[in-house]
Formats: sequence, structure tokens, C-alpha cells
Amino acid sequence: MSGANRIPGAGRLTPAKTARFFFDGKSFAALEGDTVASVLLANGVHLVGRSFKYHRPRGIVSAGAEEPNALIGVERDAARKQPNVRATVQDVFDGMKVISQNRWPSLAFDVGAVNNLLAPFFAAGFYYKTFMWPKQAWKHVYEPQIRAAAGLGVSPTEDDTDHYSSRYAHCDVLVIGAGVAGLSAALAAAKTGARVIICDEQPEVGGALHYDKSVTIDGQDGYAWAQATAANLAKMDNVTVLPRTTAFGYYAQNFVGLNERVTEHLAKPDKKLPRERLWQVRAKRVIIATGAIERHMVFANNDRPGIMLASAARTFLNHFGVAVGKKVGVYTANDSAYEAAFDLKRAGITIAAIVDSREQPGEAVLAEARSLGIDVLAGHAVVDTGGKLRVSSMSVARNGGGGARKIAIDALLMSAGWTPSVHMFSQSRGKVAYDAETQRFLPGTYAQDCLSVGACNGTNDLQATIEESLAAGELMSNASGFTASQKLALQGANAFAWTGGMAGAAEGAGPDTTVKAFIDFQNDVCAKDIRLAVREGMHSIEHIKRFTTNGMATDQGKLSNIHGLAIAAETLGREIPKVGLTTFRAPYTPVTFGTLINHSRGELFDPTRKTPMHALEEAQGAVFEDVGQWKRAWYYPRAGEDMHQAVNRECKTVRDVAGIFDASTLGKIEVVGPDAAEFLNLIYTNSWDTLKPGRCRYGIMLREDGFVYDDGVVGRMAEDRFHVTTTTGGAARVMNHMEDYLQTEFPHLNVWLTSATEQWAVIAVQGPKAREIIEPLVEGIDLSNEAFPHMSVREGKVCGVPTRLFRMSFTGETGFEVNVPADFGPAVWAAISERTEALGGCAYGTEAMHILRAEKGYIIVGQDTDGTVTPDDASLGWAVGKKKADFVGIRGLRRPDLVADGRKQLVGLLTKDPAVVLEEGAQIVANPNQPLPMTMIGHVTSAYWSENCGRSIALALVAGGKAKIGQTLYVPMPDKTIAVEVSDMVFFDKEGGRING
Amino acid sequence: MLLIYCPYCEEERSELEFRQAGDAHIARPTNMTEMTDEDFEAFFFLRDNVKGLTFERWRHLNGCGRFFNAARDTVSDKFLTTYKAGLPRPDLSTLRPATEATVETYEATESNAK
Repeated sequence: MSGANRIPGAGRLTPAKTARFFFDGKSFAALEGDTVASVLLANGVHLVGRSFKYHRPRGIVSAGAEEPNALIGVERDAARKQPNVRATVQDVFDGMKVISQNRWPSLAFDVGAVNNLLAPFFAAGFYYKTFMWPKQAWKHVYEPQIRAAAGLGVSPTEDDTDHYSSRYAHCDVLVIGAGVAGLSAALAAAKTGARVIICDEQPEVGGALHYDKSVTIDGQDGYAWAQATAANLAKMDNVTVLPRTTAFGYYAQNFVGLNERVTEHLAKPDKKLPRERLWQVRAKRVIIATGAIERHMVFANNDRPGIMLASAARTFLNHFGVAVGKKVGVYTANDSAYEAAFDLKRAGITIAAIVDSREQPGEAVLAEARSLGIDVLAGHAVVDTGGKLRVSSMSVARNGGGGARKIAIDALLMSAGWTPSVHMFSQSRGKVAYDAETQRFLPGTYAQDCLSVGACNGTNDLQATIEESLAAGELMSNASGFTASQKLALQGANAFAWTGGMAGAAEGAGPDTTVKAFIDFQNDVCAKDIRLAVREGMHSIEHIKRFTTNGMATDQGKLSNIHGLAIAAETLGREIPKVGLTTFRAPYTPVTFGTLINHSRGELFDPTRKTPMHALEEAQGAVFEDVGQWKRAWYYPRAGEDMHQAVNRECKTVRDVAGIFDASTLGKIEVVGPDAAEFLNLIYTNSWDTLKPGRCRYGIMLREDGFVYDDGVVGRMAEDRFHVTTTTGGAARVMNHMEDYLQTEFPHLNVWLTSATEQWAVIAVQGPKAREIIEPLVEGIDLSNEAFPHMSVREGKVCGVPTRLFRMSFTGETGFEVNVPADFGPAVWAAISERTEALGGCAYGTEAMHILRAEKGYIIVGQDTDGTVTPDDASLGWAVGKKKADFVGIRGLRRPDLVADGRKQLVGLLTKDPAVVLEEGAQIVANPNQPLPMTMIGHVTSAYWSENCGRSIALALVAGGKAKIGQTLYVPMPDKTIAVEVSDMVFFDKEGGRING
Repeated sequence: MLLIYCPYCEEERSELEFRQAGDAHIARPTNMTEMTDEDFEAFFFLRDNVKGLTFERWRHLNGCGRFFNAARDTVSDKFLTTYKAGLPRPDLSTLRPATEATVETYEATESNAK
């Protein structure tokens, strides 16, 4: 027998199948199908954790997903450690290691428990009020200390070695929950032929049938009926049955997130299987059959290990065959707890007494209690409990006071009634309505195509639930276009109809301010804390919740919300619905990051874009940098070179000989059509009518507000065809910008836009020997300066493949950009590279490219401009067509502030000490000796060491900059102030003759 | 995740395929250069940020690539209708009301907190 508290013959587990697992290093024998909670209870272990704030000993409260206390760490190996697992839902597998949390050095002796003695100082809002002073101490002293002391589990430090999968699914009817209601609804829906998905968070279907042994359906044992029904459903082609699958989030338009735990319960999972599977289900209709959750009673010291929900004790007995105690007390405000007592009594367990806060318990259960010889104390309250690491007694008094008597017990079952699980309904943005008679929030106004059935809809009676669910299954199928050939009928029977229930604090839980009557076990919130919050001025439940942290733990207040609300309402003297209910948020129960992140990690986190020549550049020793999603060759170090040396050599080589550069990442858009030139006239500031086929022009694009948006060279391939280039980072948004105007503002223009970024490999060859390098490789194009001047484009062949050959330069040298279809890129790169090296040139990367362009004062949009720079600010006023009647940004450019004096303008900066390289982003001031805070008149946008100039160079945006050329300004840095002279933007070859070489 | 009906593809597609693109029915003036500063301000900068029914532009970016217009309730997130770019605002009296009942939002709850 696995555990002294197993009752022979009780429960549904098979004794033949066993497993061993370890709890805090101690070995336990378990049966297949056991949860961690059921094995521990079978072995008499109630103490499983320490509470969050007071470090009070805590035990297992529930048998399901609502568990607030029994949070454990589960380990498979060093990488696979899962903290904060609810012991009540974690299946045991062979060899599993479980550790208790939030205790040091051990569960039975925990140093942190001193917090319990200091409790008077830890009132609600304690942290808000106490750690206010001194200001700096919060960040450096208080917060780190509190964080170290608080917190529950410990997260693993190694990467997760499991994998997760994701699946999109569509269905006509999604049924959430597979208890009596969900199964009935699914059955009715499935019979119509509708596509049905039914999911349930538990390993087996059945819901409340796990504990309610008295139920029969069509004469069959309820639990057995549920298993048979699920098996029959699973055989149907139009039905998917998903056990171990939690519907955790209900989003817009019946989009529901499900989390299927595929291998969490297996000792040696097949490596091919995902640990968990995320289902994203789009359902035409949803049936919510999520049942109800039992509430605990709120009374003094109601948190000792051994005190648990009555339905949990029933589950442990009837499903797992485990008695939670030998002498059990019951404290209840409704009839359902009686049935727990009856079941235990029949299993041979002593029931010390049923303490019922009501003067008049339900007559049927009272009669049954009498016939079983169970002592019922109606109109009584449990006013206190005793016991250190497990409950040992309850003190019972007549309602309204009077002498309490102590009754020895080793477990105490409690039930204040049932809270319908309206989480999914509320997440669907449905509005709940308060039913004053039964003190429950029930589904009120629906916002989506869904329907609640059974206990979550407030339907208590079994037969009513079955009929309501069958009808819902048929109705929702009809709405999806399916009809039933015959009406289904099921006959359910159970032992007792339940009456009663209460919300809020029971007798003896106040009003004094020292009694610890817990409402939220996980966050250690007591009834007194809610009262304190109200006294301190919190009158909205939203404020009370945040002040006390009630319901803010990982269980999201599944047990505590209604109690907190009732106590707040009572203290405020208002009705419960007037105080309001906090909104339910996804996820219903915690979902692992692994499931949500799913495949999007590592290499699949974000797409990586590589140019066609990437592998060749890698072989040439390139170091790459990330530019958006692109990998770009940054520099090509040779043996013994650091980055600085490599970049200096590359810069020098390009100007002395020539260099080859991969420019494939540039955005490319093919603009085609009879109105192509007119379209570009509207999109760019420049004029395009005058550009002849075979010629190129540098174009500037503005937003409507007049600020520079993008730039690039545009080549006219034919009258009706332009080859537009954009910045690397701007490719997608420029395409979107153009499409937007073409489709919505200029739809009369006959133009077609095609993104061609990845269709062309672009190889820039720059330097005095550029022509000599490519000449033998090019066919059909006269490369002479006269036939093919700077800013021209020709079509022909290079290395035998078609090319669009541009004569252009981003270095100020004689330059060509060889565009070839992407697949030919590597071969052409290899051929040009070979020629380049043969003539003494080299490959250069983006760092050298940046320096070479800065030496010539060529701007980079997005680096030297920031969305507040006009063409004139960047000395590009010449590119704005003065005679044009319209272009995007024409009106914006004329706004008063954009033509005012003193705007920040792009200028060059030369440090007085040529060896000092400025920092990009550094601020510029006119007078370094002015008092703080200084008036900043600009900032450095680009700064480099220029090997070709033999000194540092920089570009900067400076207020009234062009008028300041020749003046001295200052760049204050933490350790020194750097004097700079304002200059024009061209540092090398000011005459610009080299470009026409 | 929303389903959005693309009036060009004539089918509902996942929100992932679409991008919102600002307010609809703001035509770019043909006399840009003659506009006063106030008119330009109103055209380019000022937007209403409506709570409730709003007309906005969407693009079926990862689909047909077309821009279109939509009438949407910003409280419930529900699309009332979508229609092709260039068409006038639809007659909303022919459409069902924005929401049968006001949907409670976090913000609404907060503002009730006195």
C-alpha cells in the first residue's frame, strides 16, 4: 500500500502501477494517477510550504487548479526545473524530484517565520508606508533585501531544453470544461455533425464527478459515464477531446488560448513530443462549462496544515483513496460539506463534529447526519484552531459568543459555498450580474457568441444542468449551421440538493485587528487587512485589491475574491455589487513562458537576413554587425589587426587603390508605368521630368510635415521605369509610404510598385582603380568617363550575367554599383573580389563605408537626421524643386518654425586636438563655463577617426550652425571639455574632382 | 486576435495580416501650398481619438496589400464594417448598434473609483 492513509477499496487508482518520487529528498511511493498532493496526504504529510509574507506553515487546501498554498518546485534535471507548480495538479511520475519553497533552512524550521511574530508591523500597505525614506535606499537597500526575502520558487538558471509546439484550430463549437455539463453539451453538439473541441484541465474528464460519487447518469455511475462518453466522443471524426488542457484566455471574436500539457506527467517523455502545446482556437460558438469553485470559511487561524476544502477531502477519498485525517472536523455554511463528512464516515473515519454557522442546515443532510451518528453543531462557529505544523484542535462556540470548547481533530474541512467560475465569461468581456439571493456573480450580458452552462451559470440541480447543457450543445450547433436528427435525453440523479452558503468573514474573524482570519492564503491577506484598507480610505474594490494585494497572487483570488468583496462591502455598509468586482484577466492559471514563446526563440526569435554574398564574406574573414534584421560585413580584419587597424587600412585602400563593398541591403523599389515620373515628382522633393533615361539623381523624400523621411539614388531605366533605392532600414516603410499615397491620394496615376530589395545583389566598387577592376568583366557598356559619367546607369552584362550598372559613389571616389540578379551575386562578387585584390584593393565593411561617406559630408538618414531635420537643415536645399506645384511635404516645409532662423543645422566639427574623437550623441554648448544646467545648442551625430584626413572628423546638428562656421564651441564630457571648431561638412577632396575620375 | 474582413479579398483574415493606418476620410488637399497654417494644422496634426465609433484606415499588409477603411468601436474593438478606399462613409443606421451593452473596461472601472 502506498501510504498509511490509503483506504483499501476506496478511490479509482490501480494499486498495481506504482512510481517513486522524492519530496525534499525523502522518497515516497505513489500510484499511477496520483498527484503530488494525494501522495503526500496518503503519507500523512500536510505541511508542504511556507506562506509568502508571514512564513506560516501551510498545507494542501484544494484538490485542483484553485490551490493557493501547495506550490512546489518540480525538477527533472538541472535545466528543467519548474517553480510554483500546484501540487494538486501535478501528476507524479517515477523518479520525480519535488522541493518545497519559501523556507530556509527547512520546511519544519523556517527562519523567515519570525515575520509571523512581527506581524503587527506588517499590516496591509506596510511596504508602501515604511520604505519611503531615504529615497535612494529603496533602490539600493530595501528593494534588494525584500526581494531576497520574498518570492516563492527559484527559477532555473540554465536554458530550457524542452521544446514546445503551437497549433491553430478552427471548430464550430468549443466546449470549455468536461464535467457533466461540458460532456452533455459536447455530446449534443457532436451528434449534429458540428466540429467540436472539448478540453478539460484535468487528466481525466469528469469535473465534479471526481468527488461526487453519488451521481448516476442513465443509471450508470457518473464518473464511469463521463469516461465512456469521452471515449465515444474521441472516436468521432468531428470531435477532438483534449484532457490536461487548460483554456487560459478568451480573446476577441471567440479566439481562445488552450495550453495542453503533453509530457508533464511522463517519467521519460519521448523527445519528439513537445512539453506543452499551445492551441489557438477560433470557434464559431463557445460553450463555457467551467463549473464552480468551493470557498473556504474565513475564521481565526484557518490556515493551518490539515485545514482544507470539503470537496478536496472528498476528491482525495473518492478518487485517490486517501483519507485526509483520522479525526476530522467540518466547518461549513452550506450543505455540500456534509457529503464529505458522510463519505469519510462511511470509509471508517471519525467525524469529530460538523460545525454549521447556520441555525437551520438543510433538512435532508441533517437527517442523514443523524442516521450516520454524526454530531451537528448548528448555529455554531469555529473561533480558533490549534496546532503548529498541523491542525490539532478546533475551538467551537455558539454564534454570538459564549464559552468555546476545544475539540481535538487532525483535519478540518470547510465550505462557505460555491463560486461560479465566470473567469472565461468575464474574459470574453461579458458583464456579470449579481444574484443577491444566492450571493453570486453570474453571467449577465454576453459580449460574444458563447453560452455558459451548469454550475458556472449558477445552475445547481444535476438534471437541470444536463438539460441546459444538451440544449446549449444543440443550439450552438444550430447557430453554426448544423441540426440534430434526434433529441438527446439523459437522466441524472444524485444524493442531495445543496442549500446555504455565505460570503465574507464568519463569526470570530473580527472585528478586532489582530486575528489572522485568512481570505487570501497565497498573499497572506486577512479579513482585518480589508477592513484596514477601507478605514484608510480605499472604497473601490480596485483600490482595496491593490492596497492589500488580495487576489493578486498566482491563483488570482479564486478562493478569496468574493470573501474580500463581501468584507469590504460590509465595512463600507454598501451592497456587494456597489463595491464592484475586479475584472478577470488571462491567464486563468499560470502558463509557462515556454508555451507562450513557443518556437520564437534562439534562431527563430527574429528572422535573420543575409545577403547573397554572406558566405563569401565570412570566408574572407568579415566580422558582421546587425543592421535591423540584416547581417552586414562590418570590417575584414587581417592577421594581427584589431578593428581600428582594419578599418583604417580599408579606408586608406579605397582612396589609394579601390575597394569592394556589399551594398545588397539597400532598399530597392521598381517604379513602373506611364505616370511613374509624375508619381515620383509627388513623392520626392526633386524634379524627375528632366531626368533622362540612363541617368541617376539623388532624391529626398519628406513626410507631409516637411521633415526628411528617406533618401537614395534613383535611376531612370526607361521613360516609364525607375530603379529607386532607399536606405537599408527604410526599405519597408518607404514602400508602405509610396503604396499609401499611390492607393489613397494619387489613385489616378497609372503606376505599379514592386519591392526588388532581395532580387538584386549589389556590389559597390569604389576608388581610383574601380574602372580598371570591372572593365574586363563588363560587356556591352562603354565605361569611359565621357560615355558613362558620374550619376548614370546602363544595362549590359558583367561576368556574362545581366546587370544594371550604376556609376555612382557614396565615397567620393570614382565608383560603380554592380546590380546583378541575386543568385548571380556570389559568382560576380568572387570575380570582382579577385580583380580588386590583384590590383591592390580590398573588401571593406560598413564601418569604413561610414567613415568614407562622412569624409565627404554625405549624410545618413536616421543617423545625421532624426525626424526633425529639413532638407535645408542638412544643406540639401538644392534637392528641393523650387518650381514644383506639389510634393509630399511642400506645405509642411513652409511652416513658420521650419523657415525660422536659428534652426539646428548640420555642420562639420573639427576638434582642436586632432587626435580626440568625439562621442556620437555628445551635447554641444557655446560657453563651457556657464552655470548648470547649461544651454545645449546641438549634438554630435557622427564622429570618426579619419585615416585619410589624418585627424578626427565629426558631423553635428548645431543651432544656427551654418552661421557659426569658424567659431569655437565646446563638448562637455564627464572628465573633460573638448573644444571644437565648426566647419563645413566636407573634410576630404573639397573640390570633388575625384568622383569624376 | 481579431478577424478583419478585407473588402478587396472579400474574406475574413487574421489581424496578424493587417496594420492600422490612422484616421480615415482625411483627404489630402489639392491646394496644399495655399493652405493657412491653421488649416494645415487641422489637416495634418489634429485627431479626435474617439471613444466609441471611429473610422480608420487599415492595410492588408501581409495579404493583398490594399488600404481600406473600417468603422470600428474603440471600446468593444468590434468592426462594424469595412469598405474600399475612396468610398464615402457608410450609412451606419443600416448597421447594428456599436454595442448592445457597454462593455466594462479597466479604465471605466478605474474612473468609477471615487
